[in-house]
Amino acid sequence: MAILSKEEAQAILKKVLSYSKADACEVSLNGSDEGNIRYARNAVSTAGQIDVMSLGVSSTFGKKTGTATINEFDDASLKKVVERAEELAKLAPENPEYMPPLGPQTFSESLTYNAKTAAMNPDTRAEMVAKSLSVSKGAKLEAAGFLVNANRFSSIMNSKGLFAYNKSTNVSFSVTMRNQQGTGSGYVEQDFNNLDKMDTLALSKIAASKANGSAGAKAIEPGKYTVILEPLAASDMLGNMFRGFDARSADEGRSFMSKKGGGTRLGEQLFSENVNIYSDPLNPEVPGSTWSGDGLPVTKTQWVQNGVVKNLSYSRYWASQKNTQPLPFSRSIVMEGGNQSLEDLIKSTEKGILVTRFWYIRMVDPQTLLLTGLTRDGTFYIENGEIKFPIKNFRFNESPVIMLNNVEALGKPVRTGSGLIPPMKIRDFTFSSLSDAI
Amino acid sequence: MKRKDFLYLSGMGMSALLLPDLSAYGNPIDPLQALDRVDPKIKKELADAALNAAKSKGATYADVRIGRYLNQFVATREKRVQGVANTESYGVGIRVIVNGCWGFAATNQVTKDGIAKAAEQAVAVAKANSKIQGEPVQLAPQKGYGEVSWKTPIEINSFEVPVKEKVDLLLNVNDIAMQNGASFVNSAIFAVNEQKYFASTDGSYIDQDVHRIYPTFNVTRIDRTSGQFKTRNALSSPMGKGYEYMHARPEDKVSGIVTRYKGRYDMLEDVKEAAKVASEKITAKSVEPGKYDLVLDPSHLWLTIHESVGHPTELDRVLGYEANYAGTSFLTLDKWQSKNFKFGSDKVNLVADKTQVGSLGAVGYDDEGVKCKKWDLIKDGVLVNYQTIRDQAHIIGEKESQGCCYAQGWDDVQFQRMPNVSLQAGKTKLSVDDMIKNVEKGIYIVGDGSFSIDQQRYNFQFGGQIFYEIKQGKIVGMLNDVAYQANTQEFWNSCTDICDESDYRLGGSFNDGKGQPSQSSAVSHGSATTRFNGVNVINTARKI
Repeated sequence: MAILSKEEAQAILKKVLSYSKADACEVSLNGSDEGNIRYARNAVSTAGQIDVMSLGVSSTFGKKTGTATINEFDDASLKKVVERAEELAKLAPENPEYMPPLGPQTFSESLTYNAKTAAMNPDTRAEMVAKSLSVSKGAKLEAAGFLVNANRFSSIMNSKGLFAYNKSTNVSFSVTMRNQQGTGSGYVEQDFNNLDKMDTLALSKIAASKANGSAGAKAIEPGKYTVILEPLAASDMLGNMFRGFDARSADEGRSFMSKKGGGTRLGEQLFSENVNIYSDPLNPEVPGSTWSGDGLPVTKTQWVQNGVVKNLSYSRYWASQKNTQPLPFSRSIVMEGGNQSLEDLIKSTEKGILVTRFWYIRMVDPQTLLLTGLTRDGTFYIENGEIKFPIKNFRFNESPVIMLNNVEALGKPVRTGSGLIPPMKIRDFTFSSLSDAI
Repeated sequence: MKRKDFLYLSGMGMSALLLPDLSAYGNPIDPLQALDRVDPKIKKELADAALNAAKSKGATYADVRIGRYLNQFVATREKRVQGVANTESYGVGIRVIVNGCWGFAATNQVTKDGIAKAAEQAVAVAKANSKIQGEPVQLAPQKGYGEVSWKTPIEINSFEVPVKEKVDLLLNVNDIAMQNGASFVNSAIFAVNEQKYFASTDGSYIDQDVHRIYPTFNVTRIDRTSGQFKTRNALSSPMGKGYEYMHARPEDKVSGIVTRYKGRYDMLEDVKEAAKVASEKITAKSVEPGKYDLVLDPSHLWLTIHESVGHPTELDRVLGYEANYAGTSFLTLDKWQSKNFKFGSDKVNLVADKTQVGSLGAVGYDDEGVKCKKWDLIKDGVLVNYQTIRDQAHIIGEKESQGCCYAQGWDDVQFQRMPNVSLQAGKTKLSVDDMIKNVEKGIYIVGDGSFSIDQQRYNFQFGGQIFYEIKQGKIVGMLNDVAYQANTQEFWNSCTDICDESDYRLGGSFNDGKGQPSQSSAVSHGSATTRFNGVNVINTARKI
């Protein structure tokens, strides 16, 4: 029920719009079918399946908008939700930032759907988890993990004739393996649209190897170190930065992208010259939706080129205020790197620290994007191109902006979350204290 | 009041930027619907249908939660209403034990047929999982209470207050902020009503009506010349109260260098001070890093208690159930078994309490039908207990659960969640002014800010809203760029003084996340102003 085809969604949306008496009407119809299995202490702890679909109507008279939502789809319910949105619109104040609906747009076909992922069921999930448990039990480690997959569709239509539809699948797996003494811990995390790419056995072996390899960690002094960030650790740092590529907060003077004296840092060299970041929903490794929630086409966009800020994201309203074109952001982020593997980066390092992942990252100062957080699940000391020994976890206080000014080398990007992120070698990364946590 | 007047301003939808996924809260509804009730007689019939279906399919234990979860959000920015949303989520969650293993299923088909089908699914899940289950579930015994009910002791139901009144208040808050030097201001009111019906094969039928409220704002001051911006958040607290929380009386105010609130909140007064503080921060001195004695106001200390005491005393974390997400705990069972693990100084007494009036965690019974209570976690500085639910109690030799089971909605499985965890006030008379008089080199911190702690809860770093420098017993000015770092055990052992009961106040978290898929819960933490000696303070200023 929850996953409608393009034609089925279009038919419901058309029907809803036919009931509208407002000056403008925008309708959205979304559904998802999600299944999960959770395990801890080498046994399944919970499992669930949730199936939802809902329809939202925004009706506008002049600049007064009302919104109502429903999860019943018979004709009477559809009429009722339109009437309710119209009743509420009449009682709403004028929205000075109201933007009239867009007319029809052209969208590329997305690559977000995979039939095999869509066909996953409780048995598929149990088999995938059984592979992970075989690794932990075989290695006398204790595993705690989570596997979740989702099928989703989203669609919008408005009274100016715009229609957009997207269908997507996703499977996400993570596992923590700990030794029985509680002195070592390893972790992996991976997302794909395509089930065929997800190998829970191979991933679990990495977690097991990190759990064994991180046991018996030694304490070294906090301070500034050259670090090699695995793609997961690098992605943990960058996620906070991408939210700052918003023109409005930069123009308003309350973002690290704001310029002293007014204006934004668009066009400034903010990072090292080897930093290149773009988003592309049609990249087959990190496919994303080709339209944004307000109906704009999402296309390949360069955000940083040779360290220079090339674009900021503009909402339709803010673009109209600044006489520019609206530009939506995309989660399909690609940070370009080189051809070196993680091992190559380690080999070329005289003294440094390898970081598997970061944890509990929080903003300390939005002005400089200073973040704090800790290393977790495998931190190692590197000397003369080799991993010498595991080290105790550190707390860091560092800004991703400063970090991307200290780039020594970038490796080959790999899928991490919804982006393609390279492993990175960064100099002068600031660790401020030690943690006893394992 | 006429329907039209009640609905005025009430259905604008919500900016996606403000609330990432409104559907997580439920379906938008007519705010008048929020005042409807489902008759407990009907709920009992439905609950019996669930329990009978589960038993007939082989369950040795079953519980059912029929939940109606209502939320209201009102959000504004400067002169503009950004959004108003009223949501409802209504359905049934059924949990069973079959072959010694848990199974759970949920449905929004709240009919006898829909419920019976869900019960069948829950049994099927339990049977499937039992094939790879290790030890069978051991439930602590629980007597049935029969038909009972509990209600948050509110004076005014937030959902009966028209949206217009809330919008007018928030726009007034924004106006005051702008008049007092703010460059930007966001303000919001959130209200929650959980109408929960629990029944189990132990013979309990528990009807509960739980209310929470959270007013908040954020003021930003921009200084274009220096390129700086500074913010100050509200000193309100989310509370287990009705709309009476918004009607402050003189006795609810704690005067001092900044006004703080106890029991009720004056949003208009707080925002006026906030706008001035945001401006003052632009020129405040940057802190010299080093060791300082910290004087922590309850509006700040609640978060340190939450992260460094609340989470590590969760027994599921201690046992490894949260290892893949939130983490485990440094408070391992051997430390508790030793009966002499010195968590803090002798002055440190931390209690878990799910009965405290006005707190976010207060309910009559938890989400597996256990009557709520109060117990010691840290007694005279020593670790003496954890937080447990029915299937964990036997692990620490308890004969009954401590009533810490909670699910964020009917469609989420209930699991162990933090009760209110609070630091007991000092037993001897001590005011904040007297505490500060004895500090030679210190920082007085009000309000919560940035927070981060490791996965076993040893190493933490906290910021705040307002920092005052103390020199030779006097507040000498405001500081910027302050964060303190400590190890949990060292920090609580550096506690030297706690103000008396008259300064005791509650802070809290409206959305504490835990579990996979993640669930949110609300919890309060009380304390009086407390002193910690020789804590490491860092300077967080950077240049980019």
